[in-house]
Amino acid sequence: MSNGTTLLTGRGLHKSFGPTPALRGVDMSVDAGEVLAVMGPSGAGKSTLLHCLAGILTPDSGDVTFDGQRIDHLPDWQRSRLRRKSFGFVFQFGQLVPELPVLENIALPLLLAGRGRRAMAAAETWLPRLGLAGLGRRLPGELSGGQGQRVAIARALIAGPRLVFADEPTGSLDSVAADEVMELLVSTAKTERTGVVVVTHEPRVAAYADRTVTVRDGFVVQPAAVP
Amino acid sequence: MSVTVSHVLLGLLEDTERHGYDLKQSYDRVFGVFRPVRFGQVYRTLAQLQRDGLVEIVGVEAGAGPDRKRYSITAEGVTDLERWLSEPEDPQPHLQTVLFQKVVLALQSGRPAQAFLDTQRERHLAVMRELTAARRTASPQESLLIDYQLFHIEADLRWIDHAAGRLGALAEEIQL
Repeated sequence: MSNGTTLLTGRGLHKSFGPTPALRGVDMSVDAGEVLAVMGPSGAGKSTLLHCLAGILTPDSGDVTFDGQRIDHLPDWQRSRLRRKSFGFVFQFGQLVPELPVLENIALPLLLAGRGRRAMAAAETWLPRLGLAGLGRRLPGELSGGQGQRVAIARALIAGPRLVFADEPTGSLDSVAADEVMELLVSTAKTERTGVVVVTHEPRVAAYADRTVTVRDGFVVQPAAVP
Repeated sequence: MSVTVSHVLLGLLEDTERHGYDLKQSYDRVFGVFRPVRFGQVYRTLAQLQRDGLVEIVGVEAGAGPDRKRYSITAEGVTDLERWLSEPEDPQPHLQTVLFQKVVLALQSGRPAQAFLDTQRERHLAVMRELTAARRTASPQESLLIDYQLFHIEADLRWIDHAAGRLGALAEEIQL
């Protein structure tokens, strides 16, 4: 569960691509340590919302605040540094570097931060935690879909981010592998006290979260109060 | 006599002979998480199975209370159990028709069906979160049952989202 401290807030977020509006005034927040699921049909604006919250896209209007600081109008290099330092990412297809073995893929965020030898030692410790013992020298192409996503989870968490953004992390997996990946993502994030924002269209994946928000037609759906 | 209870009792008896009390305990432990079987139903079912020649009494032990009968499955019972296990079950597509009824009546009467579907989605998701949390500490068979429940609730949710995506067209077309 969250500890009740708001970590990330998006207020009045609008974003269009050409004439097509993707977000039309979204308000939402994530507490520190909270696992939040963002659901909604295809084209509802889920991924655009995630990208705006994570500083990958700049909203046309509205603001994004992380840890008390507005981040939507920071220059590219500062948002880039923020993403490396404070955020982790898991995508639908892992997006591992195909030429690098598992261990170096996991260590990548630390290697980019200049922590060479210690990075590899830290990556070693993540292998058994995510059921990847003995697979450190394999290339991504030699892994199953579920193993690849577990490598992506380790890579997302290794630098100790405050928040992990996961965009359809189980979208390419069967239901058994999806359960394993979500169990590992959520339990490991809880252990590390890292918050997670997971975008998914699968209710069974959203059920791992502490809370769910639904996006439809660029808005967050506010369910009516039950009379 | 419930067909399911009678075959489950046959299944429990196939492994070893048992008393009615023992059968009730095993049934509840494995299958009765949400609806335990009553003693009366166990004994009535065993009496019927005995009349049908599917089980037989292989011992009676006198005690302070009623005599304790020990039951065993017969060869006919095993055949009947095998037949039941190998037969596919008809799907039950009408588990929660009340959701459908509410949407139709809301649309037909001009009430906000979207709000009902949104509220219902919240309720379904809340139950799925509870079940997913409970599965972390569940036994293997409880976990299997929870998975079964999760997939069924998810099917309802998919229908809710599908209906929500078509409300405009449905509102114009539905007539009672």
